[in-house]
Amino acid sequence: MKRHAMTLGSAAVLFVALLLLWAGAIRVFDIQKFMLPGPKAVYQAAMERMPSLLTSLAITAEAATGGLVAAIVIGVLIALVFAQSRWARTMFYPYTILFQTVPIVAIAPLILMWVGPGTFAVGLFAFIICVSPIIANTTQGLVSVDRGLVDLFLMNNATAAQILFRLRLPHAMPALFTGIRISAGVVVVGAIIGENYAGSARVGVGGLGYAISYANSQMETDYLFALVAAATLLGFIFFFLVMFLEWVFLHRWHESARGPEVE
Amino acid sequence: MRVPAIAFEGVTKRFGQGKAILEELSVAIQPGEFVSVVGPSGCGKSTLLRLVSGLSPASSGTVEVDGMTPTAAREITSFIFQDPTLLPWRTVRANVALGLELEGVARERREKTVEDLLTLVGLEHVAGSYPRQLSGGMKMRASIARALASKPRILLLDEPFAALDEMTRDRMNEELIRLYQQHGWTVLFVTHSVAEAVFLSTRILVLAPHPGRLAHDIAVELPYPRTAETRGSEEFDALVARVSRTLREVHSV
Repeated sequence: MKRHAMTLGSAAVLFVALLLLWAGAIRVFDIQKFMLPGPKAVYQAAMERMPSLLTSLAITAEAATGGLVAAIVIGVLIALVFAQSRWARTMFYPYTILFQTVPIVAIAPLILMWVGPGTFAVGLFAFIICVSPIIANTTQGLVSVDRGLVDLFLMNNATAAQILFRLRLPHAMPALFTGIRISAGVVVVGAIIGENYAGSARVGVGGLGYAISYANSQMETDYLFALVAAATLLGFIFFFLVMFLEWVFLHRWHESARGPEVE
Repeated sequence: MRVPAIAFEGVTKRFGQGKAILEELSVAIQPGEFVSVVGPSGCGKSTLLRLVSGLSPASSGTVEVDGMTPTAAREITSFIFQDPTLLPWRTVRANVALGLELEGVARERREKTVEDLLTLVGLEHVAGSYPRQLSGGMKMRASIARALASKPRILLLDEPFAALDEMTRDRMNEELIRLYQQHGWTVLFVTHSVAEAVFLSTRILVLAPHPGRLAHDIAVELPYPRTAETRGSEEFDALVARVSRTLREVHSV
């Protein structure tokens, strides 16, 4: 307990020190507000425009959640198919890597043309950036089951479905969560890139990415900072939510998900 | 004449086009026998068990278990592996229930059987724990309980106690022989330890390597019940010495 308090305390001290350094630098170097606003100006901009900030945050959160959930469902389904045969893996696995290597910015105009602007398009960007790590990690988890455990199931006359759902899938859970954690770290990035291109079906209302572009064009640098902070916070929330779920599902049996030992 | 519990008829096993692991092995094991298989590494001890379990087919010759093919006989056979092979995401109780669950046994009967087995192997106090919380000996006991859940008539054990310290190993041997005396299974037990083989068995098969073949077939006529005291007897020491000697001969060939 005392240790946690110490960690939190020093983090808070560092945060305040950085804010002071930031505010001090602006004063000392006499930096223009539209180039770099001070922390106070950012705070004020955030407070004044809180309703639209929260609306943008909610829109982005929705698209990112949709993209991530779709990536988990479809990624796991693809991994289940891959786990069934080496042939399927060698044939199709290289194509799943394309999701990761395709420059998402380069195909943005295509996506926009095909599905039109709006939440679905943004979710699709988030999905594309998320799905590859989930497929790769889950497949690895499904196929790396100890031979002895498979023999055990065979000795009990287990069916192929029983081996898949009672052995391979639970065995792959830690790997699946590793994949989701990687994806959760970048899902907001994907959504915001998407919103830059396909952010809004209506003028004036959009997610964080859309609002960032708009604030930039209006030279509202203080609000832009507030939006960036909100986007970062959203990424954090995703990441910690996944960490929490991982702990809930795995802490009882898996070493990696156990909290720090009580000393 | 009774149908042997396990019968090998001219069994040869090779992987691919490679050299034979086992060559022309013929041996019959009668119901109720406790047979240990010893021999230097490379003599095909573990392969022998995999043939009986049907996990691996014979290249030529026939293996019959209670007059059936090994795969068909899985209902009456249980395999206890070298590692405890417990599922880490299941509690001890759920691990022991695994086989029954895969068979589709109704929950009530399953629970009753599992509780009885946990008591039998002395794990009732850790029924709700996960494997990572158990010691090596406890994990092995859970593995044994799981193997017994399907009420097997034939037990196949592949060096089950090799990873345990000597004290625990001796105790596990005593528990195993106690269970064997109660249930009258047919047991095929692969081990590296001569003392373990002598203590447990009614009969010891000594295999010679390259290719694996039967070198000696030794009857162990120590009286039952066998307990920790059995290890102190002169006959026990004499048998250990004798089996060790044959094993050395096989080694030096």
